Amino acid sequence: MPAFELLFGADGWAPLLVKGALVTVALSLATVPLGFGGGLVLALLKLSRSRVVRGACAAYTTFFRGIPDLLSLFIVYFGLQALLNWASNHMGGGWRLEMNAFVAGVIALSVVVAAYSSEVWVSSLQAVPRGQPEAAMSLGLHRGQVFRLVVLPQLGRVALPGLGNIWTILVKDTSLISTLAVTDLLRAASEASRATTRPLLFYTAAAGVYLAFSVASTIGQAALERRANRGYEDHGSRARGVA
Amino acid sequence: MLEGLLATVLDLELLRTYGWRLVSGLWITVQVVAMSCSMGFVLAYPLARARMSRRMVLAWPALAYVTFFRGTPLLCQLYIVYYGAGEIRPLLSEWNVWWFFRDSFYCCLFAFTLNTAAYQAEILRGAILSVPRGQVEAARALGLSPWRVLRHVVGPQALLIALRPLGNELISIVKASALAAIVTLLDLMGQTRFIFARTFDFTIYLYAALIYLAITEAISRLWGWMERGLARHLVPSADTKPPARRFGLAGRGRRAGALPRRA
Repeated sequence: MPAFELLFGADGWAPLLVKGALVTVALSLATVPLGFGGGLVLALLKLSRSRVVRGACAAYTTFFRGIPDLLSLFIVYFGLQALLNWASNHMGGGWRLEMNAFVAGVIALSVVVAAYSSEVWVSSLQAVPRGQPEAAMSLGLHRGQVFRLVVLPQLGRVALPGLGNIWTILVKDTSLISTLAVTDLLRAASEASRATTRPLLFYTAAAGVYLAFSVASTIGQAALERRANRGYEDHGSRARGVA
Repeated sequence: MLEGLLATVLDLELLRTYGWRLVSGLWITVQVVAMSCSMGFVLAYPLARARMSRRMVLAWPALAYVTFFRGTPLLCQLYIVYYGAGEIRPLLSEWNVWWFFRDSFYCCLFAFTLNTAAYQAEILRGAILSVPRGQVEAARALGLSPWRVLRHVVGPQALLIALRPLGNELISIVKASALAAIVTLLDLMGQTRFIFARTFDFTIYLYAALIYLAITEAISRLWGWMERGLARHLVPSADTKPPARRFGLAGRGRRAGALPRRA
């Protein structure tokens, strides 16, 4: 059958691929708040005064940055399930906790993304001049206000290039979730190619969609950076480099 | 006594039965990573040059190549090679390369090499561009052949700048090589999954994680050591403040309205 027919014909596979692509986007977007937010918390803890806290956070980052993302996903995914089984066995009452594979995937990706992004957040936290929090404190703001009103609004601009990098890694990493039980873009392509024995066509189509995502991300990131840097003398991110 | 001590942290029974599987898997991982990274490096240089070329017939395909391999997931690329080859089997048999694409080891090698070549090409391109253009012009004016310019002027400086990102790329290929397990190759990750399927013992994943961690940490330490040795004059260390400009003081001198001084 011609490729066009297979994709867009009456029984074409394009709708499944589109559905998968939406799942990929949803996975990526759902990971952002937990992953980047977790990374920021991790970064703040890394700058803590307690050596134990700093050490624990450094160990977390070293671990998840040093092992394959696929392995991290397996560890978090199976670890979570073991934990849930244990919890439901011990709670009694005869009910079982089941975890949606999508949610498990988001949590697993967030664990990895938090480790990656914490480094970016640390360097952007350090880019805020020390005198500013001190000045704010001396004006009577308490620590929460200093962070929320003085430090936080300045972080985004410096962190943007690094976070953009991690975002593109994240979009590509969602494909690993296809090895669990989530029908994302890549898994949809697998299903289509098994049914039609045309893997070359469907995997190439999936690659094209991923490519479109990353080109769109690059354009979006450039626009965001331009916006964040308006009012600063050097436009773009050349001088700061990318973490 | 030692065994008793070890047994408190390690599951010796598990390792005694399946330890050899981890070792053989590790060996496959090392082979795949070493071969794909070095072949990728060989491909990366012409690719970087093509990308910088002023001729569109060279620059455009190189840009397309790099964009494709960096913009799509490696797993997807691996599927295209591994499963896609099966679809065009008659053609591949005709070309006498079916033996290559039939084997998941070679498929991984192929996909990883093409992938890392794209990343390494961008690293090399950035490094070559960071060598000031005037140096190349001066060297050419002195009568050095293009090869000698590369060998004696651009190469040494560019490679030093590329050293750290190339190390990071090596680390990310070590990590990415775990994907080979998905296309049935029994590398470290593949053997780990095999053992897990047999025993349902979750700790095996943690052992594998420790092995991967040891590899990536070792590479990172080795690279730090190389950089301290080779690039001492480039990396601003704690005792040289303010950090020196990368290549001489020309830029700073001019802005201050003074003549460039020798460092």
